Formats: sequence, structure tokens, C-alpha cells
Amino acid sequence: MVAVKTETKVLEALRVSKTFGGIKALDGVDLEVCAGQVGAVVGENGAGKSTLMNILSGVYQDYGGQILLDGRQASFANPKEAQENGIGIIHQELNLIPHLSVAENVFLGREFCSALGLIDYRRINSETAKILQKLGLQIDPRVPVAGLRVGQQQVVEIARVLSLDARILIMDEPTSAISEHEIGMLFDLIRSLADNGVAIIYITHKLDELFQIADRVTVLRDGRLVGSGLVDDLAHDEIVRMMVGRDVKDISVKADVVRPQQVLKVKDLCLEHPRRSDDYAVDHVSFDVRAGEVLGLFGLMGAGRTELLETIFGVHPKRSSGEVLLDGRRIEVKSPTDAIRHGIGFVTEDRKLEGLIMHMSVAASVSLASLKQTELFGLLSGRRERRLAQQYVDRLRIKTPSVRQAVENLSGGNQQKVVIAKWLATNPRVLLLDEPTRGVDVNAKNQIHGLIGELAQAGLAIVMVSSELPEIMAVADRIIVLSEGRQTAEFTRSEANEESIMNAAIPKSFASRRIA
Amino acid sequence: MLGLKNHRAFLAKFQSLLALLLMVIVFSVWKTDEFFTTSNLLVVMRQISVNTCISVGMTLVILTGGIDLSVGSVLALSSVVMAGLLKNGLEVPAFDLFIGFNVLGAVLVGLIVGSALGLFNGLMVTRFNVPPFVATLAMLTIARGLTELWTGGAAITGLGDTFGHVGTGWFLGVPVQVWMCAAIVAVAVVVLRKTRFGRYIYAVGGNERAAKLSGLNVTRIKLLVYTIAGGLSAVGGLIVTSKLDSATPIAGDGYELDSIAAVVIGGTSLSGGKGSVLGTVLGALIIGVLNSGLIILQVPPFSQKVIKGFVILLAVAIEMHGKDQ
Repeated sequence: MVAVKTETKVLEALRVSKTFGGIKALDGVDLEVCAGQVGAVVGENGAGKSTLMNILSGVYQDYGGQILLDGRQASFANPKEAQENGIGIIHQELNLIPHLSVAENVFLGREFCSALGLIDYRRINSETAKILQKLGLQIDPRVPVAGLRVGQQQVVEIARVLSLDARILIMDEPTSAISEHEIGMLFDLIRSLADNGVAIIYITHKLDELFQIADRVTVLRDGRLVGSGLVDDLAHDEIVRMMVGRDVKDISVKADVVRPQQVLKVKDLCLEHPRRSDDYAVDHVSFDVRAGEVLGLFGLMGAGRTELLETIFGVHPKRSSGEVLLDGRRIEVKSPTDAIRHGIGFVTEDRKLEGLIMHMSVAASVSLASLKQTELFGLLSGRRERRLAQQYVDRLRIKTPSVRQAVENLSGGNQQKVVIAKWLATNPRVLLLDEPTRGVDVNAKNQIHGLIGELAQAGLAIVMVSSELPEIMAVADRIIVLSEGRQTAEFTRSEANEESIMNAAIPKSFASRRIA
Repeated sequence: MLGLKNHRAFLAKFQSLLALLLMVIVFSVWKTDEFFTTSNLLVVMRQISVNTCISVGMTLVILTGGIDLSVGSVLALSSVVMAGLLKNGLEVPAFDLFIGFNVLGAVLVGLIVGSALGLFNGLMVTRFNVPPFVATLAMLTIARGLTELWTGGAAITGLGDTFGHVGTGWFLGVPVQVWMCAAIVAVAVVVLRKTRFGRYIYAVGGNERAAKLSGLNVTRIKLLVYTIAGGLSAVGGLIVTSKLDSATPIAGDGYELDSIAAVVIGGTSLSGGKGSVLGTVLGALIIGVLNSGLIILQVPPFSQKVIKGFVILLAVAIEMHGKDQ
């Protein structure tokens, strides 16, 4: 194959190693990135990808091996120094300051100032607007970041790094929280950056992305380099095998099944918009879910997916209206406590902010929502609690040295399983899942999909929100599409195809603008 | 490999204990005959009992991610209410009514007053979303003002032997107030470790949103915690008043600082979710031993304050450093 792009190595890692408390996180890993290329780094969680990126971007200073920048040995005392050398990083975890505006976040630490030393807001706002425009995010640069949804915040984070004019851009799973539509725009943007000579290191779990965007791929497993090469030379299965060290069966589509027993039904569910009066974040949504069924909810950013689940779960009692019926009987859900009492569980979108108390042990996290069952004569029994947790650790194959381990030390996929275990421990009849595989690796993703299937088979009624079309089409029995808070379509598994779902998901105002 | 890690973890966990040990050794070697005696040990225990009482409540509040600045004033108001009722009874001129109080009645009303003030703090924090710092800062002034109104600025003295027993009495060779403190600490340890309520306190402080979404009644948990803190401040008031046989309107002034210091030195995180009551007891002990040592070494009172401040900084700085590793 002829190399189309000029091969100028800008950044190289040579036999880089890093140890944490006696455990080797990285073991002699090589990596090279060329100007104008997109180099993907793939591997399961815990493979050492983030550690490597933290070394390249100056977060860690004590490591073995060498870093070469433009062929010369380089070492960065801190992330700022790496930044000054043209290395920008977009972390997987959002690093925004919630109460500052979008523009203030984008230019944090590098504000334009007027002659008097005051911040030139007009300039940072207009510069931010320009970058956001390129990213296709239509929001006012002056609104606080706290009011944005996770996906929008991620775009803001990308905007911040772009404003740095980085020569080398590291992106750590930038698409884990954004919708297909936004991913398309992001890819266009990455391509245009590469065409302009930027070297991009793209970390991902999603293999389809790899084939869409990357020139080279480097596979890590357990801190070691297991393979690298041009994407065009490698097959999908080959990369998967390298990542997990064995064959993984890919997502497959199941057949339609009709299930009779209706468990959850919602009628005319509404949620007033938190800021715009006389507008709805959830607008008269009605659906039902049967025992053994997985209902998929698809929608783009701002479609009201999360809000819909939150409304069912009693998070917004003051702003919501409509009926929730369980087994045909109307129930009053005024708080999450009520929801849990009625047998509803809610696996939230953001593990760190909403699902887990990060420093608590696996045992305490699993039992949190159903602590009463671990009581013995009115006092908590550590043994009962650990036994309960161990049961789910075994059943969900949660990888942890012990149930006493703090959940913050687990990988993303295992943390997600702990959140699911917490809800299973409450013995729910209905399980609401919000992006259950966000930010988890391929292997854990397959396991979670398998688990969702098993749970449905055991008779649970499951509502799953996902912004990944292939996932929702593979896992859900029926799919409801939301757009701007309204229900715009419903498909059975056999009727569903990507195009018709996407069509229903795109806001009508947006679609018409597109045609015009 | 693991040895080093454990070693560090051990240091981080027991550094307060080591600091205490170190201080005891230094003071003992320096002034053996005065410092390291049973009587001085009991003096220290008695001196810290009020702070320990208050600090147990403070620990609970801080574990939920809050703070209670009003403990000193709540102590004072409960103290003067107890003393006032015991000494003068309650006159209700409108109904031409006079109610006399025995010791038990007066103490009970004092404790109820303290708890009610704590509940008020909690209501402000939960129902009106007033930040804990502000809500309890306001209560600091309110309760102090009410104390002055109730007493007219004068101390209430001569409260009788029965009442004085709490602060001056002994039981099995140990001061009654130390027994009381130990009982409160023991109950708090069990509640925090072995009850749902205790676990929920950690959960609320660790991640309030996750706690709420896990079905915990965050409002009720916080209300209870602030109420307990108020109640324990009143217990502190009972001990102080009984010990001095006098309730003064300036009692408990600045106690919130000693209490927060004890909690923080004891390793409880000010952002909530992490910490323990036993740590706090250790923190209170360290402050007590330091006070006693400095007095025995005849360090002038003003310098004592400076030294105490630096000890607090040192303790927390070492702990944060340990966490960084």
C-alpha cells in the first residue's frame, strides 16, 4: 500500500513502562504518531491506554523508557508544559467547571484581557462561538456548563482543546457520551484536522469507529503492546482477538417474540422544561413494557431520554404529570424511594456522579439500595452484606480482588456491573437502564448485553436508553424513538432499520433546515 | 512491594495515634513528675469531655458534607435554660402560672432546647437550601442572643449538689462526665458502623445525588444528624454548667473551632463521606494533651493558641500528603 500521507513522526514512545504500587500498568510499550495521521489505541479497560496517555501529556513524570518529540528526547514536568509543546488531551472524564460559562471553560487559564486587565468577554464569547460552530453545537457560549447534558459538555471539552491549536491531539474515548449525529460531525472534524497536519491519537473501545477514522492502530492488553499496524491491513476479528485474547461473538439480532404480560405502563407522561416555561422536556409520552421484554429508547442529544427515565423514577415530582401503572394499577411515585418500593430500579447514565459512591467498597455499593436485607437483629451484618455482594460478583462476573475493594479501583465495565448489581439486589420488576454500556470495553459490553438478555428472560421488564444504534437494534425487542421530548416512532425488532430510526430521531425543525 | 504499600497505608491510618504517642512521650520526658500521672490523665480526660461530646455530633454533620458552627451557642443556650429553670422555675405571667423544675426536668428541657435548635438548623439546610455554613452561622448569633436575653447578661449560679454531680462526681474511680462521654462515643460508633442510618450518613456525604437516586431519604437523614448535633451540644452544656456550678452567657464561646479541629485532626474529610468517631476522639485527645502539656510547660496562653493552630495545619497537611502518594 502506498502511504498517501507524509510520514513525519512527531511523537514517539519507546519502551515506556509505569508501575503503580508494585503493579505494572505499562510494560515496555512503543507508540508512534505521524503528522496528519489518526493513530488509534485500542484495548480493554485496564489495558494501560489511559496511563500511556497520561505519560504523553505530562501527567506522570516518573516512568521508564523515552518520549521523543520531533525526534528529540522530551520530558514534561506537568501537563501545562506538554500543552505548550503542542500536545492537547481530551480526557474521558469531563474536566469542566460547572458554574462557569461555556466560553469561560473553553478559555480557562488563557482568557483574552483588555488593556485594564479585565476579561474581554466579547472576544472569548465570539471565539468560542466560532469553534462551537465548527463542531456543530448550537448553544450560547454564555450559558453555564452545568445546564448542558453530558454529551454537550463533551463537545465543549473538545472545543477547549481545539482552541489550543494543538499539533498533537489525544482523544480518550471522545464518543462515549455523544450521539451518532454528533459523532459524524466529530469525525468530519478529526479528518479536517488531520488534513491540516495535526497528529491525532484516538483511544476507543468501539471497533467500527476504528475503521471509519483511523490510519494506524495499536492494540494494548494488560499493559503490553500486543500488535500494531495499518488499519487497512487488519481484519475486525483479528483486532478483537488481540484485545481480549480470545474470540468474542459479535452482537447479533434476535427474532421478534410477542410477550403478553404487561408490567409497566406510562400514560401521557410530561415533564416541564426546567428553564423554558410552557415547554416540555418530556412531552406526553405513553408506552408499555411487558415481562421479559427489552424496550429500547432511542433519541439524539436533548431528546429527553434521561429525563423520561428520571420522571418515571420520581426524580422530578414537582414538574411531572401523567400516569404510571404497574400491573395495571396506578402508582404514585413521588421520589426514588417510592419507585424502589414499587420494584423499579434505575441504572443511571453517569456512574461516577449518580450511580456510585466511589470510595465505598463493592459490598457497601451493592447493598446500598436494599440495606435492610443485610440487617440482623436491627444491626448491619457485615457477613450478610458480603455474602449478598459476593453472590452478584459471581453472577455478573465482576472482576474485583474482593468485595471489600473500593469501587473506584475497578474498571469502568466492572463499576457498571456493580451499579446493576445494586439494583438487582432490590429485587426489581422493572429495570430502567440509561446508557448501560457507556465507557466500557468491548468485552464488558458484550457481557452486559448478555446480562440484559438474561434478566429479561428471567421476567424483568427492561427499558434501555442508548445512543448507539447498533446496540439498541441488537438488544431491544421494541424501539421507541424520542425527538425533542416527543415520541416520534415505534418499531418492532424486525421493522427497525438504522435509517428509519435516525429519521424519526432528527428534530423536525432540524430536518427542514437541512433540506433548505 | 506490598509491604511498602501497607506501610504507607498504616502510617496514613494511624498517624494521629502516632502523633499523640509522640506528644505524650515528649511531655513525659520533659516533665515526668507532672505530666505522666494518673491524676493528670484524668484531668485531661475531664477537660476534653465537653469537646468530645460536641465533636461526636460535629463528626456526624461533617460526614454528611455539612458543618455546624452553632455548637458553642447552642451549648450556652441549653446551659442557661437548664440552670434558669432549675434555679428560678418558669413563670408565665399571662396565666398567673409558676412551674418549678427538679434536676431531671430542667436537664430534659435543656436537652430538648438543644435538639430543637439543631432541628431548626437542619430544616434551614434541607427545606430552604441554606448552605450549612450560613444556616449554622446564623444560629450561632441567634442562640447567643437568646442566651443573653434569657439571662439578662448575668451568670446563674448555685445550682445544688445533685446537679453538680454530673460535672464533679466520680464513679468507679473515673469522673462521671468521662463515663457519659464514653457512652456517647460507644453509641455513635455502633450507629455509624452497624446501622442503616450510619451507613446512609456516609452515603449522603460521599455522593448525595447517588444516595438520593438509591432511594435514601436524604432530607430525613440530614434533619436527624443536625438534631443529634444540637442535642449533643446541650449535653456539653450540661457538663460545663454542672462542673462550674454556674451557667454564664459566654459559655461555649469559640467551641465550634476546637470541635472542628478535633474532627479534622481525627481524619474526617471536610467534604464528607469519610471519617470516624474514634478518629475524632483521638483528635480531641491530641488537642487535650497539647493543652495540658503546654500549660505544664508554662507556655504563655497567647503562644499556646499559635502553637495549636500550627498543630492543626500540620496534622491535616501530613494527612493530605499521605493521600497523595
